[in-house]
Amino acid sequence: MEPALSPTRRDEDWRYSDVEALASLDQDTFENWRDIDVAAGESVCESIVIDAASGTDLRRLRVRIGKGGRCELFAVNAGGRLGRVEIVVRLATGAHFEFGGVTLGGGDTTREFVTRVAHGEPGATSNQTVRSVHWDSGTGNFLGRIDVVRDAQKTNAGQDFKALLLNKGASANAVPQLEIFADDVKCNHGATVGQLDEAARFYMAARGIPPELSQKLLIRAFLADAFLALGDEAERERLLELALDALGERA
Amino acid sequence: MLKIDNLHAEVGGTQILNGLTLEVNAGEIHAIMGPNGAGKSTLAYVLGGRPGYQVTDGSVSFMGKNLLDMDPHERAALGLFLGFQYPVEIPGVSNVQFLREALNAQRKSRGEEPLSAGDFLKLAREKAALLQMDMDMLKRNVNVGFSGGEKKRAEMVQMGILGPKMAVLDETDSGLDIDALRIVGDGINAMQRAPDKAVLLITHYQRLLEVVKPDFVHVLAKGRIVKTGGADLALTLESEGYEAVAA
Repeated sequence: MEPALSPTRRDEDWRYSDVEALASLDQDTFENWRDIDVAAGESVCESIVIDAASGTDLRRLRVRIGKGGRCELFAVNAGGRLGRVEIVVRLATGAHFEFGGVTLGGGDTTREFVTRVAHGEPGATSNQTVRSVHWDSGTGNFLGRIDVVRDAQKTNAGQDFKALLLNKGASANAVPQLEIFADDVKCNHGATVGQLDEAARFYMAARGIPPELSQKLLIRAFLADAFLALGDEAERERLLELALDALGERA
Repeated sequence: MLKIDNLHAEVGGTQILNGLTLEVNAGEIHAIMGPNGAGKSTLAYVLGGRPGYQVTDGSVSFMGKNLLDMDPHERAALGLFLGFQYPVEIPGVSNVQFLREALNAQRKSRGEEPLSAGDFLKLAREKAALLQMDMDMLKRNVNVGFSGGEKKRAEMVQMGILGPKMAVLDETDSGLDIDALRIVGDGINAMQRAPDKAVLLITHYQRLLEVVKPDFVHVLAKGRIVKTGGADLALTLESEGYEAVAA
């Protein structure tokens, strides 16, 4: 059974979420998990976009990747009072999971990614890159759990989270959780929260670039990291533009 | 072109410039020399409009306008170029993108049409060649992974592309080996030595002034200009030291 509706902030997975926003969801939506099954040796690449103007958008995905398979998911999480994407991944031998996501939001919105990547067999790799830009009282969260079982030797798993807060009052939370029971693995994670680089902005201004444009260029460069692994250039541009649209006059 | 009168400025509550007066006319190259802490870099940043650099008294006019009333990007569009002692790295933004955005933002604010991608690349290639930089370097991210010398050469390529009326170059010679110093110096001569342009060179050493011959040399000490002379003053400074000359 999946957890019942109405989690509280006492639940580790909902600690930084806007649980009140869930009231607008019915039980069916809440229990609806979408399955992505990647057969052995196959590869799947998908984009997830949340850009609804209001309300709450919860997406739950269950990904199983067969032997040597590959699944790449890229997400723009920039809509709803609460925009939440949960991804549970199971990797077979030699499989790869790639995730690149951005969260953007102002007002009182919360935008979050919750991933749980299980390396259940040897030699699988996973890489997750999340970039968050928030303003007003907006919140961006990345809760990323990586489980490596005892047999999953030669696992290589990485997680990288960076958040940019455009004003005081905005916040970002990173909760990396690594549970590793194998001894020959590489796992790394990094998380930073910061502001726009003022030295870079002055440098750009000194070359004639007005503040609005330098902010846009810097944010664009910051967000682009999340989609670097996306091979399809047109799709990469589309996702980046969607993300920048969410910034409105800020970029 | 640039008229600084009785300029006082402070940084973080500490008074750094104490009544600096200086006039630079079109066609002139001025050098400002002085010991550490004299206020050389502060002068450059105040002219560029860096946040945190507070002008407490005095005035600066540039091209007949009150420079201190303008935002940094407006100063650039009016033709002021600030060469940084420590050029800033901007990951994720290529030199080509950065400079094209900068040039077109300047042109827009002057009411000129933007330069096309093709015309821009032609201009960039020409200026990069002057500084012996190849285009591959310009395709890389701004200053990221550049050596100290490469950053300074890249600054000069930027100057060439933007074509300012006046260049304020803050220790552009620091971190350069002898060959790079000549390349940068020749670049300054080729791009900024013109009847309608001017240069304010801020430097510790006389070396760069052998390549870029100044019309005037000023000694800055304790936030004001204490001595002004010709190119030979730099030689005197080099042999006798600041203390003896500025005393």
